[in-house]
Amino acid sequence: FAGLADVSISEDIPVEGEITVPVGSRSPDEDYSTLDEPVRDTIMRDLKAVGKKFVHVMYPKKSSALLRDWDLWGPLVLCVSLALMLQGGSADSKDDGGPQFAEVFVIIWFGAVVITLNSKLLGGTISFFQSLCVLGYCVLPLTVAMLVCRLVLLAGSGTVSFVIRLIVVVAMFGWSTLASTAFLADSQPPNRKALVVYPIFLFYFVISWMILTFTPQ
Amino acid sequence: AGPCIMSAPGAAAAGGGRSAAAAEWGGFEDNMQGGGSAVIDMENMDDTSGSSFEDMGEMHQRMKEEEEEEAEGEAGAADEEDGEFLGMKGLRGQLGRQVADQMWQVGKRQASRAFSLYANIDILRPYFDVEPVQVRARLLESMIPVKMINFPQKIAGELYGPLMLVFTLVAILLHGMKTSDTIIREGTLMGTAIGTCFGYWLGVSSFIYFLAYLCNAQITMVQMLSLLGYGLFGHCITLFVTYNIHFHSLFYIFWLGVGGLSTLRMVAVLVSRTVGHTQRLILCGTLAALHMLFLLYLHFAYHKVVEGILDTLEGPNMPPFQRVARDIPIVSSAVLNTTAKAVALTL
Repeated sequence: FAGLADVSISEDIPVEGEITVPVGSRSPDEDYSTLDEPVRDTIMRDLKAVGKKFVHVMYPKKSSALLRDWDLWGPLVLCVSLALMLQGGSADSKDDGGPQFAEVFVIIWFGAVVITLNSKLLGGTISFFQSLCVLGYCVLPLTVAMLVCRLVLLAGSGTVSFVIRLIVVVAMFGWSTLASTAFLADSQPPNRKALVVYPIFLFYFVISWMILTFTPQ
Repeated sequence: AGPCIMSAPGAAAAGGGRSAAAAEWGGFEDNMQGGGSAVIDMENMDDTSGSSFEDMGEMHQRMKEEEEEEAEGEAGAADEEDGEFLGMKGLRGQLGRQVADQMWQVGKRQASRAFSLYANIDILRPYFDVEPVQVRARLLESMIPVKMINFPQKIAGELYGPLMLVFTLVAILLHGMKTSDTIIREGTLMGTAIGTCFGYWLGVSSFIYFLAYLCNAQITMVQMLSLLGYGLFGHCITLFVTYNIHFHSLFYIFWLGVGGLSTLRMVAVLVSRTVGHTQRLILCGTLAALHMLFLLYLHFAYHKVVEGILDTLEGPNMPPFQRVARDIPIVSSAVLNTTAKAVALTL
């Protein structure tokens, strides 16, 4: 600071320069312009995002699209469709339609919450809703398995159909577990991956079991 | 800021010089440095505690609200004039957006504060601090009764293993109920399974903890939860095997062998932590009875009491085991007969 002490600016020299801040390409008005677009655009944009995530689940590469902008639309749609398809699968269909739907719904969401809490307690860096999003989206292969099982059961319910259903469900269960592990295990310390994978395995195992033992009446 | 900046190096030099001389009194260094310079160091005036940010935020919001009120007042007065009205509306729109933004920030801040206060799961974090090798070691240890009962045995206060074992038991129970076509009225299969397993784990742990308090045993609640949770490993193995292979003699062998081993381990650990014969007897007798009876209950209540291989592929040929069979004497007596026959055959 000693060198600057003798700098002086004479008062008759005008100071020049540009004080304006360069305006960014997005003016504040653009943030609110999505209110004016037609409803079709909004819905199509959300549907495209959900569809892109479905594709990511079916071909699990190491991409961060599922994690970066999470949404719970996909899991909700999958959960509701799975619960609807699992309805009416017990011997007495008088009053058992209700509990089946609520059962599946509660199992999926309660199970996903427990797994998320477990992975956070084990020192994971993933956020609560990101984990819910991944677990919900990875139910997609099992929903496909349920669809296939229902179609196979339309044809008949003998040993052959059971074997086909078993193979399909086991394959989809493996796919679900691998897909969710690919997304979730990266956020854990490397020596604790097994501790996080086991509850995910159990969760999808319970859902697969419900799908496999489904018998329509 | 000039004089302050000039004073800071001076204070540092003075402090450094003094610190060399006063190296033995480590605690005095900070006080010396602060007291050495007469001018207050402006850098230390920056109070970075959270409350000052909030105060600033509230002040900012109050300023915005005052501005908005002013703008509204002016817009209300200039309502009749079209030319000025458009200008005011533009200004008001922008201020409105800023105010909305500000209110969103304040609301979000308050919500996140409340969330972090009430939904703090960090209190459970130390109980989940395990490695997979540790979990595997503890699972195997839970089947090996300790021999040294004169020295208090160490129990790890960990909740990951027990929690996973309870969920595994729920899954196995669900499997057993599905294969035996158990029908639950006024409830769901999943609800019953979860209720039974968690109820046993939490309820019996609390009861034994209460008894331990009465009998002066040295065990904490978390340790009791952990001990009983790992004791369910034997139950998991037994039920997993016997729900798939339906021989009653096999079940009784597993019940005595595997169930007995895990019960012995829990009993030995508790005995090592209790003083006095009567107390040991009460505590361990209760735990052993409850643990073994629970396994018996799980096998018989959720499983078909019929000899032979079940064939769920062909649909229900025989009437399913109804859980609400108490008021139907025929079914319950049939169940009793088959149980008696099974017991007679195996003994």
